[in-house]
Amino acid sequence: MSLERFISNALSPWMKEESGAEKDIVLSTRIRFARNLNDYPFPIISSEHSAETLRSFVSKELTESSESFAGSLELLNMEDLSKNEKTMLVEKHLISPHLAERSTAGAVLLNEKESVSLMVNEEDHLRIQCLFPGFQPEEGLRFANELDDWVESKVTYAFDEKRGFLTSCPTNVGTGMRASVMMHLPALVMTKALNRFLPAINQLGFVVRGIYGEGSEALGNLFQISNQTTLGKSEEDIVEDLQGIVLQIIEQEHEARRSVLKTSRIQIEDRIFRSYGILSNSRIIETKEAAKRLSDVKLGIDLDLINDIKGNILNELMILMQPGFLQQYADQPLEAKERDVRRAALIRERMKIEPR
Amino acid sequence: MLCQECQQRQASLHFTKIVNGQKTEVHLCEECAREKGETIQGTNSYSIHDLLSGILKFDKPLKDEASTSYTKAPKPLVCDNCGLSYERFVKTGRFGCTHCYEAFETKLDPIFKKVHSGNLRHYGKIPKRSGAQMQVQREIDEERLKLKESVAKEEFEKAASIRDYIKELEQQMKPKGEEG
Repeated sequence: MSLERFISNALSPWMKEESGAEKDIVLSTRIRFARNLNDYPFPIISSEHSAETLRSFVSKELTESSESFAGSLELLNMEDLSKNEKTMLVEKHLISPHLAERSTAGAVLLNEKESVSLMVNEEDHLRIQCLFPGFQPEEGLRFANELDDWVESKVTYAFDEKRGFLTSCPTNVGTGMRASVMMHLPALVMTKALNRFLPAINQLGFVVRGIYGEGSEALGNLFQISNQTTLGKSEEDIVEDLQGIVLQIIEQEHEARRSVLKTSRIQIEDRIFRSYGILSNSRIIETKEAAKRLSDVKLGIDLDLINDIKGNILNELMILMQPGFLQQYADQPLEAKERDVRRAALIRERMKIEPR
Repeated sequence: MLCQECQQRQASLHFTKIVNGQKTEVHLCEECAREKGETIQGTNSYSIHDLLSGILKFDKPLKDEASTSYTKAPKPLVCDNCGLSYERFVKTGRFGCTHCYEAFETKLDPIFKKVHSGNLRHYGKIPKRSGAQMQVQREIDEERLKLKESVAKEEFEKAASIRDYIKELEQQMKPKGEEG
């Protein structure tokens, strides 16, 4: 079954690519467009019949066309997936929790690299999402625009001269675009400097949140920075602003790393190697602690203190240690306590078999 | 404080639920909160919507409720395509279909102003198919600005060629069959 491919590895093929700048701090870049069609009600009030019709129309147009984009797209209908399979796709950021849990006739179209995800009947008729390794907002926007143009050549978008792309939620109207960047900021958290930037970032129309989206906690010092405003600014301007903000934060994080090393090198080393020791030896570990320790180890790799582990261990294990993936590996549903044991075993194993 | 669910770990998530005036304190650990994922995820994404619907309601003057009993109730605003009422839109923070934008047009400016830092008009991408006309119109506007500049600088030859180009573009704007 084609689904196998998408859930057998925690690390999507696109995440393993060499491209992308500032990879020690920026893990990934994401561009998402919200798009709708004129003749169908939006998914939130749509009848089952109308949602089904939309899905079969869209998926036919996008999968059966002779020339396809970014490799052939694989269609997965939500009702054909088990609860745990959907959870795993959410953990990999390939679908949203909303699509997994609350959609009617929901579906996702994925390319082989898993860098393109087209959600159907999410909050909007179409959510076009592109993922890139490291920091590449401009290249990302260019690619996402091409993909968007290709989709538009198949289906006609709802567009208004004054308001732009019409969306179900007023917060997406206009460009319908959300550009976001996932960053690992341990030193800014350590020095408590991140909080100082937040108001300034908000004023520019951008927000900072945890890695699993709205309202989620910043696990493992990972933060998602994205634009809030979608009306009145062009896609290029939004991406340019995001670039400016992210480059500033990268600079500040580097500065903070230098300064903590200067003032408390031995304490930092101690913390990093303790975490390394715990991850390599623990028998029970909770998500929160694991994320914290992994963040320390990743920092150790970036600072050249730890040399025998791959740099993307944080990316991979953050996904692998989530409940869906743990249960898939165990091949059975697991209670929270059992998961803590499995998680510890999995991390121990990975720390051994993943030499650089 | 211990997690009320597993009674094992420290509770790290504390919140107060108020349902119909009934207050309930909830203390969960990270793990159990995850376990209850659905409800927590739900509350999180709803909080954004609640916030939004709070913003939407804001444009309704408070005295409205009081005054309705004296004056005739105004005809409720309803989208004639999908049947969504403005009231429901305010409640859910979601449009029902693309026609709702027209149906509620008179009410939208203050909402967009709040949500998009004062912006009301789209300045970004224009889709190739549904926005072909608009693309040309934008180019005409840009060329007119250039024309003005050229005239101001007394570059008349350049101005003449820009003017011809604008004419050409305007020709494109006319529906087919009207040409010539």
